[in-house]
Amino acid sequence: MTKLIVLIVIILGVIAVAQLVRMYELSSKLRNRREEDIPNRDNRLNATLLLVFMFAFFASVLYLFAEYGYTGRGEAASVHGKSTDWLMDLNMLIITAVFFLTNGLLFGFAFKYVRKPGVKAYWFPHDNRLELVWTVIPAIVLAVIIILGLKSWNEQTDKSPDEAIRIELFSKQFDWTVRMAGDDNKLGYFDYKLTNENNPLALMTTKTIQDAIDSMENSSSGIHALESKLNNPKLMFVPEDHALMVKDLARKERMVRMLYQLKARHNSALDTRVMDDIVFNANDTLFLCKGQDYEFNFRSKDVIHSAYMPHFRAQMNTVPGQTTRFKFRPTITTTEMREKMHNPQFNYILMCNKICGSSHYKMKLIVVVLDKPAYKKWYARVSKLDPKAADACKTFRNTYAVGKPKAAAPADSTAVATAPAMDSAAIVKTL
Amino acid sequence: MAAHEAHAHHDAHGHHHHEEGFISKYIFSQDHKMIGKQFLMTAVFMGVVAMLLSILFRIQLAWPGEESDFLSFFLGETWAPGGVMKESMYLGLVTIHGTIMVFFLLTGGLSGTFSNLLIPLQIGARDMASGFLNMLSYWMFLISSLIMLFSLFIETGPASSGWTIYPPLSALPQAIEGSGLGMTLWLVSMTIFIASSLLGSLNYIVTIFNLRTKGMKMTRLPLTIWAFFITAILGVLSFPVLLSAALLLMMDRLAGTSFYLSDIIVGSEMLENHGGSPLLYQHLFWFLGHPEVYIVLLPALGLTSEIISTNSRKPIFGYRAMIGSILAIGFLSFIVWGHHMFITGMNPFIGSVFVFTTLLIAIPSAVKVFNYITTIWRGSNIYTPAMLFSIGLVSTFITGGVTGIILADSALDIAVHDTYFVVAHFHIVMGMSAVFGMFAGVYHWFPKMYGRMLNTRLGYAHFWVTIVGAYGVFFPMHFVGIAGAPRRYYDYSVVGEYDKPTYDMIMDLNVIITVFAIIAAFGQLIFLFNFFYSIYRGPRAVQNPWRSNTLEWTTPVAHIHGNWPGAIPEVHRWPYDYSKPGAEEDFIPQVVPLAEGEEGDH
Repeated sequence: MTKLIVLIVIILGVIAVAQLVRMYELSSKLRNRREEDIPNRDNRLNATLLLVFMFAFFASVLYLFAEYGYTGRGEAASVHGKSTDWLMDLNMLIITAVFFLTNGLLFGFAFKYVRKPGVKAYWFPHDNRLELVWTVIPAIVLAVIIILGLKSWNEQTDKSPDEAIRIELFSKQFDWTVRMAGDDNKLGYFDYKLTNENNPLALMTTKTIQDAIDSMENSSSGIHALESKLNNPKLMFVPEDHALMVKDLARKERMVRMLYQLKARHNSALDTRVMDDIVFNANDTLFLCKGQDYEFNFRSKDVIHSAYMPHFRAQMNTVPGQTTRFKFRPTITTTEMREKMHNPQFNYILMCNKICGSSHYKMKLIVVVLDKPAYKKWYARVSKLDPKAADACKTFRNTYAVGKPKAAAPADSTAVATAPAMDSAAIVKTL
Repeated sequence: MAAHEAHAHHDAHGHHHHEEGFISKYIFSQDHKMIGKQFLMTAVFMGVVAMLLSILFRIQLAWPGEESDFLSFFLGETWAPGGVMKESMYLGLVTIHGTIMVFFLLTGGLSGTFSNLLIPLQIGARDMASGFLNMLSYWMFLISSLIMLFSLFIETGPASSGWTIYPPLSALPQAIEGSGLGMTLWLVSMTIFIASSLLGSLNYIVTIFNLRTKGMKMTRLPLTIWAFFITAILGVLSFPVLLSAALLLMMDRLAGTSFYLSDIIVGSEMLENHGGSPLLYQHLFWFLGHPEVYIVLLPALGLTSEIISTNSRKPIFGYRAMIGSILAIGFLSFIVWGHHMFITGMNPFIGSVFVFTTLLIAIPSAVKVFNYITTIWRGSNIYTPAMLFSIGLVSTFITGGVTGIILADSALDIAVHDTYFVVAHFHIVMGMSAVFGMFAGVYHWFPKMYGRMLNTRLGYAHFWVTIVGAYGVFFPMHFVGIAGAPRRYYDYSVVGEYDKPTYDMIMDLNVIITVFAIIAAFGQLIFLFNFFYSIYRGPRAVQNPWRSNTLEWTTPVAHIHGNWPGAIPEVHRWPYDYSKPGAEEDFIPQVVPLAEGEEGDH
């Protein structure tokens, strides 16, 4: 019913406008005015409106700056973020000045030089000096912007210092998993073919390679099972299913060959690099220490994601088949930032910032920055095996050897994305 | 039938005053003026669709999760159960909105319409070098448009990995529904579109090189033609690269190759692909993608150069500098694509090279802006709707351009990459500017296209609603972006989880943006009404309504095949002799020979 009424209103509206236009045309005809002759009154009106528009536009821009400015992201919480913000302010100052100046000239001249009867336009086809001025001045300003920008860029993308803690952020649809390098501060190697429920990050040790081979060969949908099914004369399959099984078998045989190659090449001395790595569950909060350098290594399991941490002014894509890096040093703890933001509920965040699927907008990780004592306490819990709280220790040695199933590989990944994040507020309090 | 008609047409060339049949005149036309109008009509339709899509997802952004009759009316139960848009459809709408706007409205529509209409008319040619290729170009454009529209209606939904369709997301149907049939249709449609664009561009280049009338030196070409010329060259050099990117993606999807795929486990399926790189796709895509920005923008700048000069009754300031900056922008646009990839894992050193080249583009852009402003200075400005839109274009070109300086600076880009700051930037500098240029062109050349005048007062209303509405939409987006809101988010509930005040601020702005978007959309109804009403009932146009110098205004109002009834006029001067001292009138058409002792050109 409402749809019908809306439709009728629209039709009546169009008819009304058509009638108005008709009247306007008739009156133009009566006065013998042609459409292309703009009366001085209309011309002036539009010139004035241009000026009025300019003032209204400028006023709203200033209002938006005053009201919203940079408040959203708060103060930069990392060392390089501070210099990014300084550079941003400088650039913003320059471009705002250019914005007001050029828009002002444009609308100002448009207003001032509206056609006046009897005044002819000034013949001014070119002027080399003027053109030189507005080629050279922007060039100089841009040179400054480029030099400062590249200086900052080089610092941010430079190699991270040796003492920087290595952390891996592993992304998949639609969650993040944290791995810390552990006591040796070296991230263990990985190969995506080793992925299984026990080893979601596909870390590479002699044992994980063997386990992957075993599961490829002997699991319920492994090579042996498939072969025996296909060779069983008593079983009949729908042709499509049969084709799929044959294809799957061929794929698994190729994969297992590559796993054997991996096994042959593997140097078991590297196992220790993996064993002390601290592997958290998907969605487990990322804990950082104030004043500590970090090097983040990013990996992706499926599609491109992007780790965006707005408060640290940090962002890097995660690319399947490739490791990307970003480094920074956090300078403000979560507790301090809550005071600065006047928001006791505030948390640092890592958001996915590259379209990655339908639940893209829910893919996030809470980040908590602790001060040194609290961080040390927390780190001891997750890195050392305490018999009384074996669950807290997340070293690969502990979790994988136990063979306890970790966060199950999500078949329905949206379910994981909606699962509540670990309550970081509570953690901050207990530590 | 096409071949038959073309054949009949060919036969008819012997006699002079043959009547064209309906089909060869309106449907399979080889006349550049008609083809231009066909492009315009198709583009207007596609533009309306894309705008409607944007209103749908703006409603979701402003009032997430609320039931809306409007959404359920357009999306139905499948895509908006209970009037709440589905997440996957949101991404589909965003993707198709971007694709249509960038390619179908602003590439096909803008350059297709005005290159076709104006190139032969302004250089003094009877038609394009090849009318047949020109016709093919339009028909391929139409077919690709239809396929793209069709993809909105299939069961698994349209392509939904963003208009940039980055693999692996776009390569793996397991990763998102839209990467199934929807993506296949997208790729097919774009392939045909690219072929259409290439046919058109080659034709434009050949025509401009070879068919200029006597006296029409390259340095006497109107700036519109210079802009179309460079645009066509950019298109010819860059669109094939997109085609190769699309073909490799097709191969990855259908033939099991690994150009873009490596070490992937999607869902629980372990893929064998190894050794490919998603970054390869991004390099190929942006090798087109960046020149594409100028393919969209240059024609708009060309049109406004002409309109501003005509309506300020002053020669365009720095004609040669304008040509120089078009050339510089065209050249630089090929070596800046990496600025879309600062944080993709590309080597930071390469990133710094791209910072340098990108920021260089600001120089020719600044030259253009200052030249426009100087043209208006001490002019005798007449505010036709076309002139207003041109001034609007200069304003948006500035406003959107300056934020480009921040995004081109890799160190700063890290903090705002892929946020609404970027959305604001390119919608203002590319979207608004190009659309304003297109509107300006339609208002200015409508009499040439349809022999009738558009209603000026409705044009004013349209302009004011559009500029206020569009700035109202895109300016606040800067602040949403600076607050750290990523683009392509279905809603911002995640921000509410970590920082409620910021969430409130984003939602405030989102509501404002959506309200302005709806106002601006209603504003376009004024234009649509004016446009279609005037085609049939507008007052008849005179030959040279704007008292302009260029050649198209020397042709008769009624369209004839071959443009000029007699010999093609000869050109004696540059196109910008407005208010020349010593002349009686304030304009001297290009066909008027130099007076005794008059200094020629500029």
